Amino acid sequence: MLTVRGVVLEVVERGQGRPILWLHGEEGLDPQAPFLDLLAGAGRVTAPSHPGFGHSPESSTVDTVDDLAYLYLDLLAEQDRRDVIVIGASLGGWIAAEMAVRSTERIAGLVLVGALGIKVGDRETRDIPDIFALHPDEVVRLQYRDPARFVVDYTKKSDDELAIIARNREATALYAWEPYFHNPKLPQRLHRVTVPTLFLWGADDRFISAEYYGAAYRAAIPGSRLELVERAGHFPHLEQPEAVVERIRGFVRDRGT
Amino acid sequence: MRGWFFSENAYHLLPDAKEYDSIRVKLPNRYYDPKIGADLYHRFIDEWQIAEEMGLEIMVNEHHQTATNLNPSGPVVMGVLARETRKARLLSLGNPIATRREPVRVAEEMAMVDVYSRGRLECGFVRGVPYEMSAGNHRPTRMMERFWEAHDLIVKAWTSHDGPFNWEGKYFHHRQVNIWPRPYQEPHPPIWITALSPSSAREVGARGYIVASFLTGFDGTRAVYDAYRGRRAELGLAPAGLDRFAYAALVYTGDTDEEGYAGARKLMWYLESNKVPPQFTSPPGYHPIANSVNAMKGSNPGIFKMFQNPTLPGLMENGLVFAGNPDSVYRQVKKMYDHVGGFGHLLMMGQAGFLDHDETVKGMEMFSREVYPRLKELSVR
Repeated sequence: MLTVRGVVLEVVERGQGRPILWLHGEEGLDPQAPFLDLLAGAGRVTAPSHPGFGHSPESSTVDTVDDLAYLYLDLLAEQDRRDVIVIGASLGGWIAAEMAVRSTERIAGLVLVGALGIKVGDRETRDIPDIFALHPDEVVRLQYRDPARFVVDYTKKSDDELAIIARNREATALYAWEPYFHNPKLPQRLHRVTVPTLFLWGADDRFISAEYYGAAYRAAIPGSRLELVERAGHFPHLEQPEAVVERIRGFVRDRGT
Repeated sequence: MRGWFFSENAYHLLPDAKEYDSIRVKLPNRYYDPKIGADLYHRFIDEWQIAEEMGLEIMVNEHHQTATNLNPSGPVVMGVLARETRKARLLSLGNPIATRREPVRVAEEMAMVDVYSRGRLECGFVRGVPYEMSAGNHRPTRMMERFWEAHDLIVKAWTSHDGPFNWEGKYFHHRQVNIWPRPYQEPHPPIWITALSPSSAREVGARGYIVASFLTGFDGTRAVYDAYRGRRAELGLAPAGLDRFAYAALVYTGDTDEEGYAGARKLMWYLESNKVPPQFTSPPGYHPIANSVNAMKGSNPGIFKMFQNPTLPGLMENGLVFAGNPDSVYRQVKKMYDHVGGFGHLLMMGQAGFLDHDETVKGMEMFSREVYPRLKELSVR
């Protein structure tokens, strides 16, 4: 547990070298996931559970992505991390982008994995499927290339694991309910992201596609590039952890030491 | 005990349930015929008027985007009833203030109804059922915090009479609150709050409002009332009278048990037709984490238990339905009353689904003539 200006966070710390801040998405942070160990091979990973997710307590003062962005900028400052690679997936990608438009003082690069946070279409276009109005099975079908691998068998989970699933859903609703998974002001601010930025997108993302959403996001950040991860849906770090970490390693290498 | 006649004003002429996956939130309104709907609206107003003639009080509620309830605006119906009735108390249970965006508007609407009815308003505040979240785009997290702020603002708007006051809270901002009209009743209409769990009942008990429990059965209701009483005792407050406790059930009284059961079976449409998928019954954050965990393990939380394969004997055994001949209905209500330490208000869903006008009136008439006088005499042993 780590306390940042009064906000208590469950944090996984792993690896050596270049500081990496990993910001999880709606799926939450699984300390046992192969992805985190692989990522630790690319640098010194700090991976918090956002307030309300995992075992991080809720915070009465943190209830927006704006709050989360400042929370993690404060975390980097309090730990005096510099030249940090900030990586976020889905909701976490939105947080990472919001951090970068506020300050890149301590950030050397940004990796946005299937990032949410902007609205592309008009007011009658539902860019992002409404996970709160879809059957849970349909949400899994949309978010994973191979849904069968990710259907949760609740009967095989402990009460603590089930509580974390429920907490992750609740915290997602807290941060992303309205406006739905986006900040209407974010696109007009993305020009402020002046650090190298890499978008990674599942080639088979049925939830939000690279061609539609990823391309619009990429176009809003000057000089950024977008790469597809084959055989992956909306959470490529879960479906293809090796491939995602390989891209991240390359990105970190290009940033020097 | 006071008896309140309550109807959800459902639109029951629906396609086969196999044709849709949810009666709430997303059932296309092409299935609604406004001409039939107009007849139904007038019929339900008539039935509330008949309830008044029989000496019963009147209860109205509201729900959104659902065929189970065609009152998306409780205040509109209350406005009609304020003019069309003369003596019944008019309970709105209630205003979903955890989700309404403008509490000051709620204060205005309810003050209007109170004045129109010359002080007959009983004002309920509810959180809003889980199905309302998607229907109204309401965030299901931290709702009670929002609920109580809305409540505080409404009560202050009702009771401030010296010009505008300022409100810059966490959820609501109004720099010039000064409602016209102000309520007819002093200091404000009686407040009712729905509580289905002990934790919410504690808050209501602390404030001394009327707590209403819906279809919570024997033990669920007792837990709610005990929490209310317990919280008052903890705070050193005076014990609450019976008039602080309300219980809502499906009620049908016939000449014979058979006739009573037949009416109750028709009322069960309300439970049987409530086909709703999990994303609408359990929006994230609506239920406590422990309840969500139990739901994942297969046991449905709280109010959803009653929707699982309801049978009339099961519902009667659990105290969700009171039905039969007058003696049977009296005995069933009395059993609940004794089990929970007494209650002062019986909220009766007396119309639902295919129960037609004559049947509805018959059930009401049998209740008010043969059962109600005995219930009025009840006191706690």
